[in-house]
Amino acid sequence: MAILTKDEAHALLKKILSYSRADECEVNINGSHNGNIRYARNAVSTSGGISQTNLVVSSAFGKKLGVATINELDAASLEKVVRRSEELAQLAPENPEFVSFLGPQIYPDSITFVPATAAITPKIRADAVAQSLQVAKDANLISAGFLEDRNGFAAMMNSKGLFAYNTATNVNFSVTMRTQDGKGSGYATRGYNDVTKLDAMAVTKIAADKGLKSATAQAIEPGKYTVILEPAAAAVLLENILFGLDARQADEGRSFLSKPGGKTSLGEKLVDERVTMYSDPWHPELPTSPWASDGRPHEKVSWIEKGVVKNLTYSRFWAQKKGVKAIPSPDAVIMDGGSKTLEQLIKDTKKGILVTRLWYIRNVDPQTLLLTGLTRDGTFYIENGIIKFPIKNFRFNESPVIMLNNLEELGRPERTVSVETNTNYLLPPMKIRDFTFTSLSDAV
Amino acid sequence: MKRRKFIELTGLGIGGMLIPVIGNSIPITLAAEERLDASQKKKLADVALNAAKSMGATYADVRIGRYLNQFLTTRENKVQNIVNTESFGVGIRVIVNGTWGFASTNIVTEDAIKSTSQQAAAIAKANSKFQTEPVRLAPAKAHGEVIWKTPIEINPFSVPVSEKVDLLLRANAAALEKGANFISSNLFQVNEQKYFASTDGSYIDQDIHRIWPTFTVTTTDRNSGTFKTRQALSAPMGMGYEYMIPKAKDKVQGPEGITLYRNSYDLIEDSIAAAQQTKAMIGAKSVEPGKYDIILEPNHLGLTIHESVGHPLELDRVLGYEANYAGTSFATMDKWKAGNFNYGSKIVNIFADKTQPRSLGAAGYDDEGVKCRQWDLIKEGVLVNYQAIRDQAHILNQNESHGCCYAQSWSDVQFQRMPNVSLTPGKDKYTIDQMIRDVEKGIYIAGRGSYSIDQQRYNFQFGGTLFYEIKNGAIAGMLNDVAYQSNTQEFWNSCVKICDETDYRLFGSFFDGKGQPSQVSAVSHGSSTTRFNGINVINTARTI
Repeated sequence: MAILTKDEAHALLKKILSYSRADECEVNINGSHNGNIRYARNAVSTSGGISQTNLVVSSAFGKKLGVATINELDAASLEKVVRRSEELAQLAPENPEFVSFLGPQIYPDSITFVPATAAITPKIRADAVAQSLQVAKDANLISAGFLEDRNGFAAMMNSKGLFAYNTATNVNFSVTMRTQDGKGSGYATRGYNDVTKLDAMAVTKIAADKGLKSATAQAIEPGKYTVILEPAAAAVLLENILFGLDARQADEGRSFLSKPGGKTSLGEKLVDERVTMYSDPWHPELPTSPWASDGRPHEKVSWIEKGVVKNLTYSRFWAQKKGVKAIPSPDAVIMDGGSKTLEQLIKDTKKGILVTRLWYIRNVDPQTLLLTGLTRDGTFYIENGIIKFPIKNFRFNESPVIMLNNLEELGRPERTVSVETNTNYLLPPMKIRDFTFTSLSDAV
Repeated sequence: MKRRKFIELTGLGIGGMLIPVIGNSIPITLAAEERLDASQKKKLADVALNAAKSMGATYADVRIGRYLNQFLTTRENKVQNIVNTESFGVGIRVIVNGTWGFASTNIVTEDAIKSTSQQAAAIAKANSKFQTEPVRLAPAKAHGEVIWKTPIEINPFSVPVSEKVDLLLRANAAALEKGANFISSNLFQVNEQKYFASTDGSYIDQDIHRIWPTFTVTTTDRNSGTFKTRQALSAPMGMGYEYMIPKAKDKVQGPEGITLYRNSYDLIEDSIAAAQQTKAMIGAKSVEPGKYDIILEPNHLGLTIHESVGHPLELDRVLGYEANYAGTSFATMDKWKAGNFNYGSKIVNIFADKTQPRSLGAAGYDDEGVKCRQWDLIKEGVLVNYQAIRDQAHILNQNESHGCCYAQSWSDVQFQRMPNVSLTPGKDKYTIDQMIRDVEKGIYIAGRGSYSIDQQRYNFQFGGTLFYEIKNGAIAGMLNDVAYQSNTQEFWNSCVKICDETDYRLFGSFFDGKGQPSQVSAVSHGSSTTRFNGINVINTARTI
């Protein structure tokens, strides 16, 4: 029962709306089958499967809103959840920022569902892990990894006539390969909608290679260095820009996009002109849902174009107040790049540091978006176009805004996963000058 | 839980709080209803245990859980969200062929429980082909039928929503009145009703409460385009609504008129102070980087203890089970076995426990039926123990679990989680004022801030909420842009003085994450104000 077809969802939501006595009613439903397998010390540690369905009913009387949720779908439960949302709405204080639900919208069909991913079995997961374990055995390394997949649907309908439906699949895989003596550690991660694109063995081999090569790391002085950030390392920094695109925060003067005199950076150049970031729900490499959870259509949106802030995200209330289009937050972001591979970027680097992964990223100062964190699982010194030796890990203190102003070169974009948020992105590896490392870490 | 979800809940974006949501929304009227009585739960538990045994399980446990949350979110004069969640279901864990298997269901009927037990056993059998070493469980006492409840005075779920919302809105109004431009305030309330049974003969019924009031106050300077924020100086606590009723005896006076809180909290007083302090921050001096003697107040030091002592001494991390995500640990087994590893200076005594009254980790029994207790981790500066559960105790040549196994919900498998980890206060009478008087060049830091530590817990960087410069034994004004960087062992060995027990208070981490898929847990850290000498302080100001 976790996954409903479009017709089943439509019929169910219509039935739920028929119980409504409120001025307005909106119903969201989602369901999924999730599977996962985790391994460490070269053996499976846990595995599991979770199936769930969740129904959310929002009822409004004037500007009073009540929300109730249930995960049982029998007729009595459906009517009960509608009544409860109405009772809560009557109890709730009036919210002056309440905006009436959206009317009917048009959503082009999505490309987020891949049958092969929906058909993943425990055996397929176990086989992928077996391949990864074999790589560890062959290389005499200690592996730890995690594979998780999701097959889900989401639908919504409201009393204004809006109906939306989508199905999506996703698989994320990550693996760490450590040397027996604990002196080397390598990491690799990939995420896809289509599981047939995932080659667990190839991903593990990348991690194994980094693990072996990162042993016997040398310490070099902290300071400002040219770095090449692999997409997984860049993702955890750049996503902080994306999370900070809220127009209201900027307008209220409490964002890195706020400027003196109550102005914002919207429409102004923020970073290097080679930086272009956008979201596109129909991008073949990174498709996402055509609608947001409040029914707003997701469209192709340019966030930063040639270094200029082109759009900010708006709640429907703030957009109404400002008289602008209410653009929802994107589900994923794509950054344009060049044509060079990571290897070519390394080859063209006189002196620099290759960063595989960044870890424990925290915001130090929201005013400048200064972030701190550390390198991890494969940090290497580059000299005259070749990797000379592995280096000890560093702590950095750097703002992604400053970093994108210190851009040297972009490579060919590839799909990656943020280790901080699990969000998928399509990002290029990037060469950055004057990246600020502030101290050394003994961690491997 | 993706970060996007957290942000959507608060509507705050950057600088907002990260709030994981577990379970489904329900109206408050449901919160008081009991789903099943103890005899019904025992009957269902026996169905699970018998089904597991018939599938060849050598051990099984079952958790029938009802997890209630209520989150209230306001900003300025508006209530943004009232979220009530309930999650009810059963999780069953078995050992078959020496291998763990786990399955869960939200259909709480005998048939569903039986088939879930069978599913858990099937998973254990399937995974046993990858098993290199069979699971070895430390013995656990059969407790029979027992009950444990957090000793609360006022059940937060029985306090009318209107009363709680009114308190938040009054705090918001007070901050705005004092010149703050923005304030968002929250009240989190958690109730875990969990019934545990195992084939060892325990039937444990527990009712656990936690509460956390907090806010973020922002003051902006439109002309310069700068803004400053200050979080609440409250701590999440294992208490009822009585924490929200301020009592004079729980107020601790810090330097420069700062009021700090022990076992009750004054939300309105603190929001007013936050408004005044954020105003003072605009234009305060930017710190000169260098070496300082730093004085850390308990609501700040708790997080440092959490990251630099609590996590590195989780045995599963030490062994490599978290290598792909949270990482491993510098505190390796050889250092512990040597018996003389100087984690800290002689005055550093750090203990683990799940019994401390009003702490977030307090429970009668852990999530595998082991009675909770206290044990030493660091004694007179030396590493003496780790945190271990039933299937890990043998690795330490110990005969019993420490009782620190936990799952965030019935639907998640339980695993080793950090208990409360606390610093023992100094033995001699010594106050905050005396400590400040004894420092020549230093910084007093109160409240939690930005925090980051490497994957083996060597190198860390911490910010804070409030910073005051100390010059020649006196406070010399407020500072901005402060963060300190250190190495765990060096840091704890630079610990030179700890205030006495009259200053002892709890800090709390309400949503501590670990594991893949990630699970949250709540944990407290007690300490008195403590001094560390010669710590590297950096300046975090930048221009974009």
